[in-house]
Amino acid sequence: MLSVHSIETFGTHDGPGIRLVVFTQGCLFACAYCHNPDSRMLNSESAKKVSTQEIIELLKKEKPYFGRDGGLTVSGGEPTVQSTELKELFSEVKKAGFHITLDTCGAIYNQEVNEIYDLTDLVMLDVKHINNDWHKKLTGQNNETVLQNAQYREKTGKPMWLRYVLVPGWTDQPEFLEEWARYFQDFKTIERIEILPYHTLGVYKYGELGLPYRLEGVEPATKEQTLQAKKIFDQYLENVVIR
Amino acid sequence: MTSPRVNFKENIWQDKISVRDFIYTNITQYDGDKSFLAGPSKKTKGLWEKVSKLLLKEIKNGGILDIDTKTISTVASHNPGYIDQESETIVGLQTDEPLKRAIKPFGGWRVVKKACEENGYELDKEVEEIFSKYRKTHNDGVFDAYTDNMRKLRKSGLITGLPDNYARGRIIGDYRRLALYGLDRLIEEKKQDLKKLDGVMTDELIRLREEVSEQIKALAMVGEMAQKYGFDVSKPAQNSKEAIQWTYFAYLAAVKEQDGAAMSLGNVSNFFDVYLERDLASGEISESDAQEMVDHFVMKLRLIRHLRMDAYNQLFAGDPTWVTEVIGGLWKDGQHKITKTSFRFLQTLYNLGPAPEPNLTILWSDKLPKGFKDFATQVSIDTSSLQYENDALMSKAGDCDDYCIACCVSMMETGKEMQFFGARCNAAKTLLMAMNEGKDELTGIEIVPGIDPLSEGPLDYEQVKRRFDKTMSYIAEQYVGTMNVIHYMHDKYYYERAQLAFMDSEIKRNMAFGMAGLSVAADSLSAIKFAKVTPQRDENGLTNGFSIEGDFPKFGNDNDDVDQLAKNLVHDFNHELSKHHIYRDATPTLSILTITSNVVYGKKTGATPDGREKGEAFAPGANPMHGRDSSGAIASLNSVAKINYEDARDGISNTFSVVPKSLGSSKDEQIKNLTGMLDGYFNKDAHHLNVNVLNRDTLLDAMEHPENHPQLTIRVSGYAVNFIRLSKDQQREVLARTFHESM
Repeated sequence: MLSVHSIETFGTHDGPGIRLVVFTQGCLFACAYCHNPDSRMLNSESAKKVSTQEIIELLKKEKPYFGRDGGLTVSGGEPTVQSTELKELFSEVKKAGFHITLDTCGAIYNQEVNEIYDLTDLVMLDVKHINNDWHKKLTGQNNETVLQNAQYREKTGKPMWLRYVLVPGWTDQPEFLEEWARYFQDFKTIERIEILPYHTLGVYKYGELGLPYRLEGVEPATKEQTLQAKKIFDQYLENVVIR
Repeated sequence: MTSPRVNFKENIWQDKISVRDFIYTNITQYDGDKSFLAGPSKKTKGLWEKVSKLLLKEIKNGGILDIDTKTISTVASHNPGYIDQESETIVGLQTDEPLKRAIKPFGGWRVVKKACEENGYELDKEVEEIFSKYRKTHNDGVFDAYTDNMRKLRKSGLITGLPDNYARGRIIGDYRRLALYGLDRLIEEKKQDLKKLDGVMTDELIRLREEVSEQIKALAMVGEMAQKYGFDVSKPAQNSKEAIQWTYFAYLAAVKEQDGAAMSLGNVSNFFDVYLERDLASGEISESDAQEMVDHFVMKLRLIRHLRMDAYNQLFAGDPTWVTEVIGGLWKDGQHKITKTSFRFLQTLYNLGPAPEPNLTILWSDKLPKGFKDFATQVSIDTSSLQYENDALMSKAGDCDDYCIACCVSMMETGKEMQFFGARCNAAKTLLMAMNEGKDELTGIEIVPGIDPLSEGPLDYEQVKRRFDKTMSYIAEQYVGTMNVIHYMHDKYYYERAQLAFMDSEIKRNMAFGMAGLSVAADSLSAIKFAKVTPQRDENGLTNGFSIEGDFPKFGNDNDDVDQLAKNLVHDFNHELSKHHIYRDATPTLSILTITSNVVYGKKTGATPDGREKGEAFAPGANPMHGRDSSGAIASLNSVAKINYEDARDGISNTFSVVPKSLGSSKDEQIKNLTGMLDGYFNKDAHHLNVNVLNRDTLLDAMEHPENHPQLTIRVSGYAVNFIRLSKDQQREVLARTFHESM
């Protein structure tokens, strides 16, 4: 049984086409800008236990909407926290013939996660900062596993999208954007880079949960800031889009 | 066939009236994209500017610009009217001036008098005298024949919106026939038909002979009307301009003489395309000319008006006319019906800006060419002015591929099928009556005889269900009886000769019943079945609230436990309707559609076991109740898709609102995902979808500053309205609806 925070039947932002998006409960990162802080806790009373069979049933009901591109996306939280359950789920979903996308922050790198990647049609990896100190400041963890996961995916030759949340003052330093882009410039598996401008829509949840919000006072990324970041990425990378 | 028409391929259409065969034989399919389209011409811009000013004046005037209170409107009653004769490519107005409304007292003169008075006009004394003393109307006839029980049902609000004091509408002539065959041929055909209507003089045969004779008179009047505008329509149209103009004259005849609730147009775009393609090929016209003709035609359709009372506007808000035009679909052999003119019709929403009329309806199939699907969904995203219906489902059920939609969702084979429209009955109130010994829960008046009291304490599902079935059975019987009376009288006193003149003399008739409050009734049954529901009763023992312990599945979340209850409810009611004798042997059909009457129906219904409070609006059509479809857009769509079209052949309306961002982050993605959503929904055998792509904030701003949103259009329930023409209550109800947002 997968511990699930919530399910969206009409997901259009997490992978190609129309997708059933399963948001898992629990994450190892504590990103300053996390817009779903309620999905972070590894054990939450509000989380539901959902079986592989239930998810496959949902996929079958939704199949006519998927067309050529759509399918299942597992997002989080951080899905690989529940790697054993996730591996079982992906094996079964693959057998049932649905497209699988994994939306991950790459917090865990091990044999089982490698196997999960192998079952996944598309990995969407958040590389939140290229500088380890900043990565740590931002998420509470090193970026070593994240980059290991990226390297692994590259080695397997299977498709990958990268995502980057642009937070003014935190992730928009030109020198680091450049370093980030150069790190990935020779990767052959990257099909798309998504820049996600920072927004404040999830901030109210911190108040509700009684959690302090570390980015208090940080303004949403402006259009100019976002275009500036894209310009830097564009020098080294193809198909950079703003979400 | 006498007329020489160059370059049209021959088939059976010359020998036999069959516009379908003409189009099928001569259509030029178009598989490309929107890039060929032309913008508005200078003439179009100037003309639309004039019209916009008049429309604004009409709104500022309280909804009506002017009324001709003296001339009883018939096909040829008024002098020609123009917006700006020099610039108009297509001409013709209902009266001698744009937006001036005509009086049509044959449905009921009191309604006309009241509508005049409410707007500060006085009905001409002579007209009043004629209709109160010498000429009986439809409305008078109906009330002469209504029984006490029928009156009680009507008064309680269990069945409302009946066309007993307004015209029934929903009859669509095959207006293309005038252009393809010309008046002389059509009159000749009708005369031949009349000759054949001979034999034992039964009521039905006598009636039909009288009707066909009336049709012939109406046709002659169409010729007279066209002549006033300087056209001779006795022979077939010779070019695209004539084809469009003459088709419009035939439609105009209908809306001059009748003010039915829905006066739909049919499916004319491909017919026009045959002529336009030929004239484009010969170099007679350019793309810009072709678009101009379509723009001007559509502009005329946007000016159609009927005179209504305030009470009518509560049921059908926003002054709708349902000039429904269907576009798309497939022929029986699997070929698609998309032409360049399918695109040109949609392009009017850019060239003239968004508008609720004509009610553009896409007959969707996943097999339509990608270029067209992408353009249609793009137009939806930009204008929220389109609705979509399942072509495969309808063409199979109706066994035809040349059909149109009356009003919102009612499919009919063009020129061969009509319906007797019959509003709708209130399913939620029916359930309450079952729990109140057949009494109206608000007044205590007994409506349904023989319903036993329930035992005390929490409701027992089986007990309630037995009483509900019995109540429903009684109501179905009374409903059919009421409709028989109405349509007998409508045929007698307000026969639609101008529409039926453009149809076959012997046609198929349906009787279209309806149901409102489906999701409230289904959720209530679900609450009784799966939670513990205890009724609270007032001093007279009538339910005035329900305490609910525990949770229960709600319609709109793709949960079979409750979705099945909704599905069965539709099936059972449809079955009950089919048990009774129906006027003129019509086939009973059922729609799950409310128009905007979901607000009024809610007002007339006490608290329900699903936790809905007294007076709270219902969800429109077959929609899940506001905010209860909480498992995402697709789960919501899937629930509605489970209702069987065979049980509701008059249509299952679903109105869907989504925030633009939820469809995807770029326009291309939004187009692709909306297309995917429609493919998915209709491949689940769903019937209809209204698509709104809007932010709630836009609507809130339009409530505050209507002057900034003169053309803001929103789909409500099978039709679209100009948002600022809705009442505040109706605007609030639209805002309360679920706007699907992704996480």
